[in-house]
Amino acid sequence: MINYIIKRIGIAIPTLLILIAVSFYLMHAAPGGPFTSERPLPPQVLANIEAKYGLDQPIWRQMFNYLWGVITEFDFGPSYKYHDRTVNEIIGHGFPITLKYGFWSFIVAVGVGIPLGAIAAIRKNTWIDYLAVGVSIGAQVLPNFVMAPLLIIVFTLWLDWLPGGGWNGGAWQYLVMPVIALSTSYMASIARITRSSMLEVLNTNYIRTARSKGLPTKVIFFRHVLKPSLLPVISYLGPAFVGLITGSVLIDIYFSTGGMGYFFVNAAFNRDYSVMMGITIVVGSLTILFSLIADLLYAWIDPKIRY
Amino acid sequence: MIVANKGKIKTMAENLSESGPGRSLWKDARMRFIQNKAATISLFILLSIVLFSFIGPYFAVWSYEQIDWNAMGSAARVGMPSIESGHYFGTDDLGRDLYSRVIQGTQISLMVGVLGATVAVIVGTLYGATSGYLGGKTDQIMMRIVDILMSIPYMFVLILLLVVFGRSIGMLFIGIGLLSWLDMSRIVRGQTLNLKNKEFIEAARVTGVSDFKIITRHIVPNLLGIVAVYATLLVPGIILAESFISFLGLGVQEPSTSWGALIKEGAGTISYDTEWQLLFPLAFFVVSLFCFYFIGDGLRDALDPKER
Repeated sequence: MINYIIKRIGIAIPTLLILIAVSFYLMHAAPGGPFTSERPLPPQVLANIEAKYGLDQPIWRQMFNYLWGVITEFDFGPSYKYHDRTVNEIIGHGFPITLKYGFWSFIVAVGVGIPLGAIAAIRKNTWIDYLAVGVSIGAQVLPNFVMAPLLIIVFTLWLDWLPGGGWNGGAWQYLVMPVIALSTSYMASIARITRSSMLEVLNTNYIRTARSKGLPTKVIFFRHVLKPSLLPVISYLGPAFVGLITGSVLIDIYFSTGGMGYFFVNAAFNRDYSVMMGITIVVGSLTILFSLIADLLYAWIDPKIRY
Repeated sequence: MIVANKGKIKTMAENLSESGPGRSLWKDARMRFIQNKAATISLFILLSIVLFSFIGPYFAVWSYEQIDWNAMGSAARVGMPSIESGHYFGTDDLGRDLYSRVIQGTQISLMVGVLGATVAVIVGTLYGATSGYLGGKTDQIMMRIVDILMSIPYMFVLILLLVVFGRSIGMLFIGIGLLSWLDMSRIVRGQTLNLKNKEFIEAARVTGVSDFKIITRHIVPNLLGIVAVYATLLVPGIILAESFISFLGLGVQEPSTSWGALIKEGAGTISYDTEWQLLFPLAFFVVSLFCFYFIGDGLRDALDPKER
């Protein structure tokens, strides 16, 4: 187990370094520097500004300085567009918001998806099974960018129950629609995976043995069925988390929640490279950390995996 | 969505490696695919949509570049869908004909989906087959690279690519294709590991066929079944990714359009009583995705030898 953990961390660190190197290189391959504007600056002024931000040094040097800043002081440098804000401030503002609705979406996706799939598997070929399967197929072709406008039409324009956007410090009325829009398709996937893996487990010989020796259904379910049928769900949690983070880009745009995605897309339109890079690195480390946790969890639960 | 199907694909891969003797796999598969009603109907609907996107323009009264000055600025009153005005699907607030724009969007979205999937399939198959066939250290390093790329949040990197190299369809489908071959390469590698110890590969090696020829002539053709299934499931995934990017305004740019861009426009103007702007593109989008998923499911069932 310890060996496996070390091996997995051995993958995680180079992954992060490659992500940083690639995004840094991309940023510099872009035509036009951060200070190129419609009215060209006098060359002397430009040289002074570039010297201030360290842009006159060779690229490997810049990358090293940047990395050093990130690792030692957690400093992502200044924003190139908003000269009075640093990337740290922007991330510090957007990150808690993304984390809050991301967390609730994750809870909803797992907390609704697993029971839904389990009920569908136990009551196979009844109306509840058909309902669950129907919902999960429907949710697959209604991605978050379709869900978001539909929710606004129904809950804001027709019923007038919920505000159409904004954050307001994360009050629950402002949280409901982002969480539904973000979690639905993952909830559906989790339900589908749970259903099919649980059906497989229910057909195995040891479950038949448990039944024939007269164990109560409840005991069979919680002691013998649940754990093995959750394994595929756990291996899906990593990708689901990445998807939730990616979807936050859209949620921030559509519901004006002001999370990281908002700043990321804004920076993409403004070519504010340092902000883009900072957010990419933060999100990247988060997803890498999460897939690490998911893998370790998997190895811990599955007795067949021993490294 | 693609990830969800991985488990089943894996069992199919296991089953494929022990296929029995007798009828040809493809002939058998075709029979079983035709018997699957949902898949056949989906295939039929999808083909009609493709056909429509090519024949449709000949019935259009307005081209996608033309502006109906009458409907401009008053789409809610004048621009509703009607046969007389020639706007079968209505217009948007700029007076552009939605019928022509939906056709154009369908062409572009399907093209991005198919081309992106093609890039992903070619890269993924060759990479996975090479890695699995060569084995040993090479295999370890190549798969480690895939592991590393997999844990990168690719939508962020894709947006970064689009910003740096300019927003164009070409960049979009190269970006999506290059980032979505990873799953493919893993599946193909696993399958190749099963194949490479078979007698016919050994025979080829004994007669002195080069590694490259063995991979392209003997291994890849035997992978076609699983590649076909995965490719049909990949296309809707790529269409979704493209629509997502276009919805953000970073993908396909005006005057070109795609399903995502049209849905975005329709969703943005929904409060002005022009619901046709959302409903027509959305219907095409949802129906096509449904069809792709059902066809993929049908193909998998048809090509899986265990289902006989």
